[in-house]
Amino acid sequence: MSPTLLLLIPLLPALGALINGTRAFAKPLTPKNRTITNLFALGSTGLSAIIATVVVVSYMGQGTHTPYVHAFYTWISSGFGHVAGGGLANFAVDFAFRIDPLSCTMLMVVTWVGFLIHIYATGYMSHESGYTRFFAYMNLFMFMMLLLVLGGNYMVMFVGWEGVGLCSYLLIGFYYDKNFAADAGKKAFIANRIGDFGFLLGIFLIFNYFGTADYTKVFALASANPEHYAGITTAICLLLFVGACGKSAQIPLYVWLPDAMAGPTPVSALIHAATMVTAGVYMVVRSNVLYRLSPTAMLVVAIVGAATAIFAATIGVAQNDIKKVLAYSTVSQLGFMFLAAGVGAFSAAIFHLMTHAFFKACLFLGAGSVIHGCGGEQDMRKMGGLRKYMPKTHWTMLIATLAIAGTPLFAGFYSKDEILAGAFAYSPALWAVGVIAAGFTAFYMFRLYFMTFYGEYRGFEVVGIEQSEPKHGGEDLIPSSAHLDQGDAHTDKAHGHHAHGHVPHESPWSMTGVLIVLAFLALVGGYIGWPAALGGSHPTPFQRWLEPVLLALGNEPWEFHEGSATVEILLMAASVGVAALGVLLAFFFYLRDQTWSVPKRLATRFALAYRMVANKYYVDEIYDATVIGGTLLLCRMASLFDIYVVDGLVNLIRHITVFIFGHGSSQFDKYVVDGAVNGIGYTAQGGSTLLRRVQSGFVQNYALIMGGGIVLMTVVYLFTKA
Amino acid sequence: MGIYNNPSVPILSIITFIPLIGALFIVFFVRKENATAIKAIATIVAAIDFVLSIPLWIYFDPKGTGARLFQFKESFDWIPAIGVKYTFAIDGIALLLILLTTMTGLIAIYSSFSAITQRQKEYYVLLLLLQTGMIGTFCALDFFLFYVFWEVMLVPMYFLIGIWGGERRLYAAIKFFIYTLSGSVLMLLSILALYFFNSDGIPFLNIKGLGHTPTFDVLQYHNIGHLIPPTLQFWLFLGFFFGFAIKVPMFPFHTWLPDAHTEAPTAGSVILAAVLLKMGAYGFIRFALPILPDGTRQLIIPVVVLSIIGIVYGALVTLVQKDMKKLIAYSSVSHLGFVMLGMFALNPMGLRGSVLQMINHGISTGALFLLVGIIYERRHTRMIAEYGGLAKQMPMYATLFLITALSSLGLPGLNGFIGEFTILLGAANRSMVWAGFAALGIVLGAAYLLWLYQRVFWGPLDNPKNQNLLDLNRRELLTILPLIACMVWIGIAPGIFFDTIKEPVDYVVLKVDPQYYARLAAPAPEVVATKAPAAVKPAPAERIAEVR
Repeated sequence: MSPTLLLLIPLLPALGALINGTRAFAKPLTPKNRTITNLFALGSTGLSAIIATVVVVSYMGQGTHTPYVHAFYTWISSGFGHVAGGGLANFAVDFAFRIDPLSCTMLMVVTWVGFLIHIYATGYMSHESGYTRFFAYMNLFMFMMLLLVLGGNYMVMFVGWEGVGLCSYLLIGFYYDKNFAADAGKKAFIANRIGDFGFLLGIFLIFNYFGTADYTKVFALASANPEHYAGITTAICLLLFVGACGKSAQIPLYVWLPDAMAGPTPVSALIHAATMVTAGVYMVVRSNVLYRLSPTAMLVVAIVGAATAIFAATIGVAQNDIKKVLAYSTVSQLGFMFLAAGVGAFSAAIFHLMTHAFFKACLFLGAGSVIHGCGGEQDMRKMGGLRKYMPKTHWTMLIATLAIAGTPLFAGFYSKDEILAGAFAYSPALWAVGVIAAGFTAFYMFRLYFMTFYGEYRGFEVVGIEQSEPKHGGEDLIPSSAHLDQGDAHTDKAHGHHAHGHVPHESPWSMTGVLIVLAFLALVGGYIGWPAALGGSHPTPFQRWLEPVLLALGNEPWEFHEGSATVEILLMAASVGVAALGVLLAFFFYLRDQTWSVPKRLATRFALAYRMVANKYYVDEIYDATVIGGTLLLCRMASLFDIYVVDGLVNLIRHITVFIFGHGSSQFDKYVVDGAVNGIGYTAQGGSTLLRRVQSGFVQNYALIMGGGIVLMTVVYLFTKA
Repeated sequence: MGIYNNPSVPILSIITFIPLIGALFIVFFVRKENATAIKAIATIVAAIDFVLSIPLWIYFDPKGTGARLFQFKESFDWIPAIGVKYTFAIDGIALLLILLTTMTGLIAIYSSFSAITQRQKEYYVLLLLLQTGMIGTFCALDFFLFYVFWEVMLVPMYFLIGIWGGERRLYAAIKFFIYTLSGSVLMLLSILALYFFNSDGIPFLNIKGLGHTPTFDVLQYHNIGHLIPPTLQFWLFLGFFFGFAIKVPMFPFHTWLPDAHTEAPTAGSVILAAVLLKMGAYGFIRFALPILPDGTRQLIIPVVVLSIIGIVYGALVTLVQKDMKKLIAYSSVSHLGFVMLGMFALNPMGLRGSVLQMINHGISTGALFLLVGIIYERRHTRMIAEYGGLAKQMPMYATLFLITALSSLGLPGLNGFIGEFTILLGAANRSMVWAGFAALGIVLGAAYLLWLYQRVFWGPLDNPKNQNLLDLNRRELLTILPLIACMVWIGIAPGIFFDTIKEPVDYVVLKVDPQYYARLAAPAPEVVATKAPAAVKPAPAERIAEVR
């Protein structure tokens, strides 16, 4: 395998970003310039995807899938440090890439889904004045994301990790002149930074105990000496998991992701659904050797994952903004992936990561197509009946919706059931939570589907569940927190390049073509993980592929969990049944009865519960009041303390000095000092009044403080001598 | 380029005094009305100095240890009666700081062309004088000489703030001068006590001296450091501490900084941030740590606590500033806290990070002040609330500001991260608690810089005064781009910087903790060799070979 080829995979998008980034200043948006932008943006990502495929295929062709690591150069040679347990180690960090089954999988998902979304964006963003800037950011994102998955140690991963955070910040804030977008961007970055704080401390602990951050060395040491490292891995894994919570939007750091929908829809699909937000899952699976050494950390991961899965799913039920539904759905699905990792079903986590990338990208892009077709509208209550207007979007969305709901034969079914089977083996309680969350998922997704594509188009008049919501018109909608915004689809208002109230239309081929490819993947993507219970092999092809990543612990080699086929089939039946129930409810609530009387009645009957859910449990408000408010209060107090106490003392000393000695030295000042000043002033040809004014009044203090210091030291000297 | 390896050419003196000569030339041969000539000469002089200083790095041998640690040495008797010598020599740390000085000096002069319209002659003369003072401070290896440069440096800066500063310039200038001066006096006392201890033994704290020939030679003090009794070291360290901590500035001696920064003209702020704030940290590394190892070890905890308070407290205060320059000034308190924390981790990681972060802070914060100066020149206000939505009107400015802010908040791939990470790695290797508290500064750093960025550049462009602002002109672009290039360079390939400072840092580490590397002999963790690959655990012998 050639290192140059490996290096080209991330470098090409970086180059594209650099070129388009510079061009963004200089070039007006003419059709010709747009073509050139496309050339660089699509060319670099497309080529990178092809090279990645070549690399992956040649790696797969090798007999044994041992990791291939190439260090390009020593990046940070920080010197020798102390390793716990004795000895020194060189804490150097290489800029290194690693190819193994896990990074190959991620590589394929990132490059190809990324490339598809780039194509889609050429259609979706075609009316934007910031077209070139947009693609510069997108390419930069691809570069960072590829660093993240290719990195051969925790540090290179961290570069990508923070880098994708930056791109997310830039792209969420793409419509930067809108305050809600600017706020959402900042919120995302800072929430991520809180996570990175934990990640960084985790890396330091790894250095302290392993003397390196290199995957190969760390995992080999941990794998060879499980007893030696078992104690510290809990702390390491929990700290790393804090980072994962930030990046992958888990409780309690998930709040930034729903707001991130302020970015253009292709961004939501690429960054906030398919790739970046799954980085936390990737990191946990990457560190599986460490996690497996700490049952506590595994339990925490599983519980947080399950809690997030159900928590976000319930919120998704009551959102009316199509992108908000999908955003909470993403949070919930990421919870499923962490649940998988926490219960030890690491391959299921990555499997679901992959299928989720297909169907969620498809859903987001489909939603984008809907928004595009409806003139920037995002409120599902103003949609309806779109299947007549946009058939291609409709069919692809249906496939993706079936996939996420866990319908057999669709991709989501296989990955989700592998997760649930793993969860059941670990703890039936977690399994139950997962199944209920899956039921909610089926419900809110079909609610979305029915509200959007069935019934009559409601965009001509204003209809709402709660009548007459005030129109905000896209101005300053989210003052750093969510408000009661069921009614207003503010985010892509900035995208409103069409007049309002027109007839919806199907999107161009650049968009629908991508939808079709993704829908196809959402249909067939699950077959590589066909479960043994349904006549497949054990382990499944996907599990066998990932097996080299799951090292042995001590003398115990990794084994994939194999339950009894009967139990697994029963579990599948249960989850499919619950999902079917969700679909049915959605059907009766939102399709059969076009006045939506049942959900409305339920909302009135259980007003409190409804308000809680519709307002996302007021978590944003609570954070505003506690964390953000508290920090700002602390800042103001610190600032006052600085002015009145720290600096106050300094000024007090000044006043005392001037008062006591000032008068006595005035004579000295008048003759000696001013005389000298005048002399200096004349020679410099500048000894004017200004200079003199600056000068007088300080030299006396010079002498005083010098004297004072000597007196002080003398006193100290005398005392200590005695 | 034989002048760099020819011992008879005093290259360091040449680099130090070229600005002084340029300044004298302007004083005597250029009329003050001829502003164009003054600007041109000042810029050319600074440029020559910068160009001359670059080959220092090429001819510098980073592997030099022992007597070769300090290179380009020049030494002759100056005042033999009291043992004062004129000794110039630099190690890798001083080398990088000199390069930083000559580069930012040039940028500062070049950036002042349109900002300074009054008393231009005095202004450029003072900037050049300041340059000599700063370079001399980094070169001097004789306490007496060092102290002379140390104080010479203060005077031009005092006038720069006092004459060309903002509204409260007098207050700020006097505060700056007196505050730093009072610290210097205590440092002077420590130097004198060292001098007497080394020579004829005027007893201080009842401790008799060593009876050597009187000298101010710094390197000699490095060698007698371990002979100084711990009590004496404690007091001497305190003296140095006040001198340097005020200069750094460390919490709670930092309040002169926001005033000085806010009131200084742009070039003054740039130099203050880039170079003058490094003097304190440099002083610790060059003098306090190697000469007073016991004193250092006794005071680790208080210094580290103050550093961490500086990091967190500085960041908290930064968050609520309404004035851009003040905001950046307070962020310096936080950043310099990192520098001090890394230094007092007293291991190679911490110290390397600390030195690198000095350079990084100079580049990033210098660039931030430069950028704020550019907008100040257009709008004559530093208040954040006056701005908003500038990204639309000044896209290039907004982009460069963002890169600089990202470098300052420690985004991986840019310089700030390398420094902060290495510092925290060193601190964590001593205590995870230190690293844990200090890393809070990184979270808060993102908060204050991005909030600043949002308020200035994002949001609607609704202030009519901002709607006709011009983007960067070529001169402004030229001042800022070299700094951006350095940010990327250090962020991606800091290897050459680490190589340059490796030996000096090891020298300091071993002065303070001679046993540091000896711990290699300690047993490695018990490895139950089931199937650990051979590469995982190098044998002790190999590891020792790796160290030296």
